Amino acid sequence: MVRVFLPSQLHSYCGLQTRPEVVGATIGEALNELDRLFPGLKFRVIDEQDRVRPHMRLFVGGDAARDLTTPLRDGDELLIFGALSGG
Amino acid sequence: MAVCTELLIGTRKGAWVYRDDGARGGWTVDGPMFLGEIVNHFVADPRDARVRLIAAKTGHLGPTIFRSIDGGASWIEARRPPAFAKAANPDQARAVSHTFWLEPGHADEPGVWWAGTSPPGLFVSNDNGETWDGVAGFNNHPMYWRWAPPDGGTPDGALLNQIVVDPRDPAHMYLATSTGGVFESLDRAATWAPLNRGVEVSFLPDPFPEFGQDAHFIALAPTRPDRIWQQNHCGIYRVDRPSDQWRRIGKEMPQAIGDVGFTIVPHPRDADTAWVFPMDGTTVWPRVSPGGRPAVYVTVDAGASWRRQDSGFPSDQGWFTVKRQAFCADRGAPLGLYLGTTGGELWMSDSEGEAWRPIAAHLPEIYSVTVAQGMD
Repeated sequence: MVRVFLPSQLHSYCGLQTRPEVVGATIGEALNELDRLFPGLKFRVIDEQDRVRPHMRLFVGGDAARDLTTPLRDGDELLIFGALSGG
Repeated sequence: MAVCTELLIGTRKGAWVYRDDGARGGWTVDGPMFLGEIVNHFVADPRDARVRLIAAKTGHLGPTIFRSIDGGASWIEARRPPAFAKAANPDQARAVSHTFWLEPGHADEPGVWWAGTSPPGLFVSNDNGETWDGVAGFNNHPMYWRWAPPDGGTPDGALLNQIVVDPRDPAHMYLATSTGGVFESLDRAATWAPLNRGVEVSFLPDPFPEFGQDAHFIALAPTRPDRIWQQNHCGIYRVDRPSDQWRRIGKEMPQAIGDVGFTIVPHPRDADTAWVFPMDGTTVWPRVSPGGRPAVYVTVDAGASWRRQDSGFPSDQGWFTVKRQAFCADRGAPLGLYLGTTGGELWMSDSEGEAWRPIAAHLPEIYSVTVAQGMD
C-alpha cells in the first residue's frame, strides 16, 4: 500500500480522507486508484498528455517526481502539493 | 407572473448570482460559489432553466466544468471535461489550460453544448455537459497549427473564445479565435473556413490576411441572423451575409476614443442597434477606459454613427474596462443592459444605455456576466 498526502486544493474531492492508502506500482497507477476513489481528482493534477500540471508538485520518498511511470514500493509515501505564488 | 432576472457572474476568484426583485430595483446575492476558482464563463441553458454550466480552473489545478441540473441549487463536476486526444507527436501534445466559452446548442438540439478552450479547441457535449468530446473538424483540421500557432494569443494563452450557432440552422456555425479570426462551418463543425475578408491586422506584415486576426467577440443580430457584429482587436466590424466582406464600422467612432474593445452587444429586437465599451488601444495598449472616463457607445443605424452614453459612470479617474463575456442584454422591455468590470463592479442600465447605476462593487475581477431569465 502507498500512503498519499492530498493538499488543501484537493479536499473538495477527498473530504476528510486527506491521507488515503492506495494500491499502485507506479505514480500513474496510484493516481488512477485515487481517481476511482475520488472521481475527477486526477485530471486536475495530471493533464491529458500525462504531464503533471505546472503548479502541482509530486514527491516520492522526499524526491521530486514528474514521471507517471516512477515506481512505487509498498510503504512508500506519495506527497502531492500545490505550489503557486501570486495574487 | 413577474419576469425574474438572474445575473450569473464569473470572476477571477469564484462565481456569484444576483437576482432581481422583479423591477430591477433591488438585487439579492448568492455567493460566493467555488471561491478561488477562476470562472471564465457561467451560463444558463435557455432551453432548460434547470441546467447551468460553469467553466472553472484554479491557479494550481487543471480545468473542469461544474454542472447544475436543478437551477443552481446543487453542483456536480463533469464526468469527462474537455480534453485533447493524446498526441503521438510530443510537439503537438495539447492540453486544455482552461475552458473559456460555453455555448448552449441549437434550440432543436436539447442537451447539446459547445465549448471553446485555450489552447484553441472545440468540444461538444450531448448530455448537458456531463461528458465532452473533441471536435475533429476543427481540432484536427489540416490548417490547425497555422490557424492556432502555439506562440500566438492573449496573455492568458491563445483562445477559441467564442462559438455561435445560427438560430435557423444547427449546422451553420461560427467561431472566433484570438489567433486566426473568425471561421464558419456549414456542416455542424465537420469543416471550417476562414471568414476574415476586410478585417485589418495591425500586428502582421500583411494587414489583410486570410486568417491571423484576433476576433475578440462576434454576435449575430437576433432578429437578422445574417448580420454579424464583431469587436476585433483592431476595430469594430459588421458583415451582412451572404457577403463575406467585413466593413469597419468603428471608423465612425470619435477619433479620440478609437474602436478598440473586447465585446459588442446587439439589441435583441433591433438589428441596427448595438453597444460597445471602448478601451484605450494606444501606445502600450493600457486597455482601460480612454482618458479614465468610462462610457459605452451605441449605434442605432448599423454602425453609420455612434453616440456616447456615460451617465452614471465616473466622470473622471475611472480606469476599468469590460472583458469579452462581461457585457450582455436581457430580453426585457425596456431592455436591461449589464456589464462587469475589471475592477469588480457590476453595472446596469434599464434605459437602453442612457443611464447606468451600480449593482455591486468590490467583487474580484469580473470575467463573465450572463443573464438567466424566467418567470416567477
